[in-house]
Amino acid sequence: MRFTDIQKKATAEWQAWTGSGKPRILIGTATCGKAAGADAVVAAIKDELSRRNIEASVTGVGCIGLCYAEPIVDIQKPGGSRVSYGNVTAKIAPQLIEDCLIKNDARADLALGYLGDRPVNGIPKFFDTSVLKPQVRLVLRNCGFIDPENLNHYIANGGYSGLAKALSLKPDEIIAEMKKSGLRGRGGAGFPTWQKWDFCRKAPGDQKYIICNADEGDPGAFMNRSLLEGDPHSVLEGMVIGAYVMGASKGYIYCRAEYPLALERLALAIKQMRESGFLGDNIMGSDFSFDLIVKEGAGAFVCGEETALMQSIEGKRGMPRPRPPFPAVSGLWGKPTNINNVESWANAALILQKGGEWYARYGSATSKGTKTFSLVGKVERTGLIEVPFGIKLREVIYDVGGGILNGKNFKAVQTGGPSGGCLPATFLDQPVDYESLTAAGSIMGSGGMIVMDEDTCMVDLARYFLNFTQAESCGKCVPCRVGTRQMLAILERITRGKGKPEDIDQMQRLANTIKNGSLCGLGQTAPNPVLTTLRYFRNEYEAHVNEKRCPALACKELIQFYILPDKCQGCMICARNCPVDAIRGGKRLVHVIDQPKCVKCGTCLDVCPEKFAAVVKVSGEKVEVPPEPIPVKAGK
Amino acid sequence: MTETVSEQKPAVISVSIDGKSVEVPEDVTILDAARKAGVYVPTLCHHPALAPYGGCRMCIVQVEGMRGFPTSCSTPVTSKMAVKTNTPELQELRRNIFELVLSEHPWQCTSCVKNMRCELQQVATYIGLDKVSLPSVGKDLPVLTDSPFFDRDYKLCILCGRCVRMCQEVRGAAAIAFTYRGGDSLVGTAFGQTLQDADCQFCGACVDACPTGALMDRAAKPVRSVDRRVITTCPYCGVGCQLLLSVKDGRIVYSEAAAGMAPNNGQLCVKGKYGIPEFVHHPERLTRPLIRKDGKLVESSWDEALSLVAARLSQYKGDQFGFVTSAKCTNEENYVAQKFARVVMGTNNVDHCARLCHASTVAGLAQSFGSGAMTNSISEIGDASCVVVIGSNTTEAHPVIGLEVKRAVRRGAKLIVINPLEIALCRSADLWLRHKPGSDVALVMGMARAILEQGLADMDFVAQRCENFEAFKESLADFDLDTVEKVSGVSKEHIVEAARMYAANGPASILYTMGITQSSHGTDNVLAIANLAMMTGNVGKPSSGVNPLRGQNNVQGACDMGALPNVYSGYQSVADPAIAAKFETAWGGKMSTKPGLTMTEMVGAIDRGEIKALYIMGENPVVADADATHVAKALEKLEFFVAQDIFLTETSRLAHVVLPAASFAEKDGTFTNTERRVQRVRKAVEPPGEARTDWSIVCSVASRMGASGFDFLTAEEIMNEIGELTPSYGGISYNRLESGGLQWPCPMKEHPGTPILHRTAFTRGKGKFFPLKYRPPMEAPDKDYPLVLTTGRSLFHYHTGTMTRKVAGLNQIEPGGTVEIHPADAEALGIANGEMVKVKSRRGEVRTKAKVTEAAAPGLVFMTFHFAESSANVLTNAALDPVCKIPEFKVSAVKIEKA
Repeated sequence: MRFTDIQKKATAEWQAWTGSGKPRILIGTATCGKAAGADAVVAAIKDELSRRNIEASVTGVGCIGLCYAEPIVDIQKPGGSRVSYGNVTAKIAPQLIEDCLIKNDARADLALGYLGDRPVNGIPKFFDTSVLKPQVRLVLRNCGFIDPENLNHYIANGGYSGLAKALSLKPDEIIAEMKKSGLRGRGGAGFPTWQKWDFCRKAPGDQKYIICNADEGDPGAFMNRSLLEGDPHSVLEGMVIGAYVMGASKGYIYCRAEYPLALERLALAIKQMRESGFLGDNIMGSDFSFDLIVKEGAGAFVCGEETALMQSIEGKRGMPRPRPPFPAVSGLWGKPTNINNVESWANAALILQKGGEWYARYGSATSKGTKTFSLVGKVERTGLIEVPFGIKLREVIYDVGGGILNGKNFKAVQTGGPSGGCLPATFLDQPVDYESLTAAGSIMGSGGMIVMDEDTCMVDLARYFLNFTQAESCGKCVPCRVGTRQMLAILERITRGKGKPEDIDQMQRLANTIKNGSLCGLGQTAPNPVLTTLRYFRNEYEAHVNEKRCPALACKELIQFYILPDKCQGCMICARNCPVDAIRGGKRLVHVIDQPKCVKCGTCLDVCPEKFAAVVKVSGEKVEVPPEPIPVKAGK
Repeated sequence: MTETVSEQKPAVISVSIDGKSVEVPEDVTILDAARKAGVYVPTLCHHPALAPYGGCRMCIVQVEGMRGFPTSCSTPVTSKMAVKTNTPELQELRRNIFELVLSEHPWQCTSCVKNMRCELQQVATYIGLDKVSLPSVGKDLPVLTDSPFFDRDYKLCILCGRCVRMCQEVRGAAAIAFTYRGGDSLVGTAFGQTLQDADCQFCGACVDACPTGALMDRAAKPVRSVDRRVITTCPYCGVGCQLLLSVKDGRIVYSEAAAGMAPNNGQLCVKGKYGIPEFVHHPERLTRPLIRKDGKLVESSWDEALSLVAARLSQYKGDQFGFVTSAKCTNEENYVAQKFARVVMGTNNVDHCARLCHASTVAGLAQSFGSGAMTNSISEIGDASCVVVIGSNTTEAHPVIGLEVKRAVRRGAKLIVINPLEIALCRSADLWLRHKPGSDVALVMGMARAILEQGLADMDFVAQRCENFEAFKESLADFDLDTVEKVSGVSKEHIVEAARMYAANGPASILYTMGITQSSHGTDNVLAIANLAMMTGNVGKPSSGVNPLRGQNNVQGACDMGALPNVYSGYQSVADPAIAAKFETAWGGKMSTKPGLTMTEMVGAIDRGEIKALYIMGENPVVADADATHVAKALEKLEFFVAQDIFLTETSRLAHVVLPAASFAEKDGTFTNTERRVQRVRKAVEPPGEARTDWSIVCSVASRMGASGFDFLTAEEIMNEIGELTPSYGGISYNRLESGGLQWPCPMKEHPGTPILHRTAFTRGKGKFFPLKYRPPMEAPDKDYPLVLTTGRSLFHYHTGTMTRKVAGLNQIEPGGTVEIHPADAEALGIANGEMVKVKSRRGEVRTKAKVTEAAAPGLVFMTFHFAESSANVLTNAALDPVCKIPEFKVSAVKIEKA
């Protein structure tokens, strides 16, 4: 079949779906939705529909990005706009169906916004809400809108037109288009994609490989997973285009085994591609043949590093190797290999669909296009976001993210995962692009963005990341294997109040050794969380070391809980809830915490009635309390 | 000094190291360039045999125009590159990294077994680190002692990975690997199993590669210093590995591979590494002559023994005497022995155990090519595009050549294994043809036919370099693939695939051993292989050829020296009057032009009373020969039997006089390995007691018999005579061998040796094709003896076990023999794994343990011949090849019963 005929058929199917005379119900059933209970919601909705004999189409779709509001259910009545509802539980779902489809009540109280041309009373326009307004959804354009298991939905929305166009061009012309787009590697290093492709294309060799790095392993990052779950074909189309440019006959997708849904969707998408002539011999009737293999990772973070990833594909232990030779010259099985991140491949397909110039309209001078982030931590609205480069951190955190959770104060934002750094409030008005983040001591990374509030101890945070990297170090090179372990030991010491004055200098020295001496990116960037926190929050380190005090009141061994004698009413709630029976007292007796016995769980603070506020958490301060329970003062 | 195999040389470029300009080939690393410039760059994880690793970070440098601190071991040089190795910034970074290394390593140098021999100490000296300011993060781990030969103390391990990489990259064994990760990383076996369970081959390459005391030979631990180190040639198999023996207080304390020397390039197998000192210094070594008195062997003086031997032998001159020389002895000793037989005893009845292994090769390849030896060199195998391993269990019998096969596979070569047994190489093979034992001619001719039919033959080579092709082609008519499939049990598709793979992937090398030769039609097997190589043009080119892997350390040399009944040294025919005249002039006396009896024929002649006196030097036919019971009975009929050996063997026990000989470690001389490389054997220690070198014993007997021409003072003098009378050895002298071996033909002092034979013409002029017919093995299984027995070697023992069974560790790993039997056959016979069984043939029976394994094919059982108490050769068939008189060791009909 000719591609235009394929497109026609796909468009017809798409129109039949979107414009059917039946109500349409779309449910976010990506991993984030499922984790929030989407499967039960689907079942509840289907039950309700059948109970009431309502004929409606129910479709699971990918993540639309508002993870904080999952499960999300969208309802579109024939001829009407689609309305998106958040936090729909299995319990309220039947009522929602009844209200929307029978009682004609749009339930503005549960609505997140409407999508479409026709306004719905009392409900804001979805893309005008503050969470979405600053966003530009290019890569994520289909997520939440198409059935990710339906190839025709992808084609009807421009899918594979990029490949069709690519096959009509010479590889040089495609590289020129990529150059025009200004696309840079979305794995974090930001190397110009066209150049990377060009190296591999020009490398001598009959057998070449391309790889999609879907070993997303940064704590708190889920951009790639969401994209693979919500729109797998967009990534695969980019890969076929890249393979054509570079003359690769085989491609690998190295995807975490911990992403079962993404793997399932990839397998299905690849099968569909083969059946429709987008993969295999003579792709789309051309002379070009290419095939894809999905390789599941085995849970090692370091396998996200390109050379380790290739070792892993080869069936060896995932350990990085020195470069040069670079993969473009000698990669997988010693053959020229190009490896790109999930998002880079998806962007490539889009660039071929819409043109490099069109793409370059988005973003900043040096960083073109958009970037997806997983916005997590202490923000009101966590989720999967896509913003144009150049946007300010403040817009991301306060507009998209809705500000800091529970009205607390912003302290820092961590970008780039364990390889990145923590930036304080002074950087809130800095633009988000490769250069600015690097200048600040952090990195773009693949898109993890963790927001910290005033309760976060930066020393403890650095310890957390170091613990992660030292455990995930492959063990091959000395600076990473031993250096991170030594550094972690110091951080652990400091957070336990055992820090020595020379520790900070020693850590600085270790950080430099690890950074300059390590073999691969994992080691070279491992000290970044320490280096940036030392740079921007040195006072916290000094407080821990010199005063044995944790200013954020987070490090357990440096904090104490006390019951203020003039506030305690002897209600016994704290004593009853203490898990280790560390609180002595009695009715109308001022309670006393047995400090050596206390495990610093904070339960007493949480349960003390707000009107008394008798429990305090302190660090480095002495609070006068009686040694034994004494009667509560009269008159209270 | 020898010609290089690769024809293209990389360009030479100039780089600057710390301001010193140095010219290097463009394919080397910065580290190589620095070493060439004489600049020391510290390394820990670097090893010349291994791919760059970049783990220890000690060799970091700064390169102009390159950011960061690249590791010099992994970074290739580029033209005009400017490298700094010791800027203050580098030295500080290096010191900080090294401090991290030490923080993971115990600081107990003075009590460490590796003290003063440790590479960590060398680097510490360079860096000048005086204190470690970081706390110790070392691991408290027990010393692992499960290997019989070495200890693993991972407390001392710095995770440089040299052992792991050696085991994986070079040895292809992968018994050890990195386990866990991060700071918990450790070297170990899968799931912590024992090394033996992890399929460790105990080659000790990991131990030799370890820079610290983490891996150490137990024997080397107490030896803080040695008196001397002697480079010599391994006495086990035909590979001829170069050993470095460490000697202290007159004893060999341990053995290692000599670094950077052909043919083994720093590699050994378990026998060369761990099987040397114990047998050399074994208390059972013969130290005084023994004379049979009243039926008992009793010690005597040399004078008495020599007088007796001289007097008795004088009574058996001519063809009533036979001399069995030894493929374990040096060239010089074999030369002296055959000279003794011919000059003093006046007979050509001289032979040795080559008769039992490669007689068919010598006969077959001499007819096809004109020279019966490996056409190419060991080091070329790894560069082949296709390797065919037929009738050879290379990794067991020639372990270091097995490494070359694995290297070829790693480089992407096609590997075709043709073997009825599932050998270890099958795992690496692209194609494994499991043919029926004895069907080789049919299978190889079938391949030849497929090659011809597919148009894959190199007809230019055939036309220009070969003859008799048409006759060969006509004989292919018998070998249509249906017939071949029926005879060999290999499917037509596989035959065609193998043919295509071999013909289309040149250069292709064929390796074979006893599976081909030890057959009643062994010569035909060899001719079939030669046909196959010639028709594809795979002769005379690098990494191609027909490569018989010789079994014994000096079986090639013993043949070269004329320890054969039909030729003098250098394969000069005894029947040729002109040659006889040459030797008569050189040696004096009258030479017989009547070819003598082969070793296998001698047994018959003894049995018939035609040979009455026998001299055996260093061989053990009672265990090694087919139908061994018959051999022992024959020997008992001898009127006079003198045996010369290092131990009292199953054979020498039967002798009238036993003369104590020196082992390889106690004498000078040369061995010629399987690739025709003549290599020095150097004396490391004194012989035990009164033991003497074989050559000096034979010379003494000759002198006492009044012969002249046996007054050699040194082995070198013998070699000089060999050179004068042997054209192919004409250019070989001890002087030239000092720096490494020389491959014959080496006719002149200036000749560099010949790694590749038949380059422009075959030795015989044109390569000759031979038409062949298929003949089945002599003994087919029947209802009485329904199973086929085939025999072979194990990695852990050698031949009749005379040497290896004196080594406790080898006995621990493999204490005794087994018969390998397929589960289906075992089940039918009700035999469980490990059960004692009786194996019976028409010639005898032995008791041994059953090993139930799918490595054996249904209907086929396998035994090694190392173990005298369950001697496989009691069962084997002495049916002979009509041309070369080799017995059919590889196919005997047997039955198995519960014991």
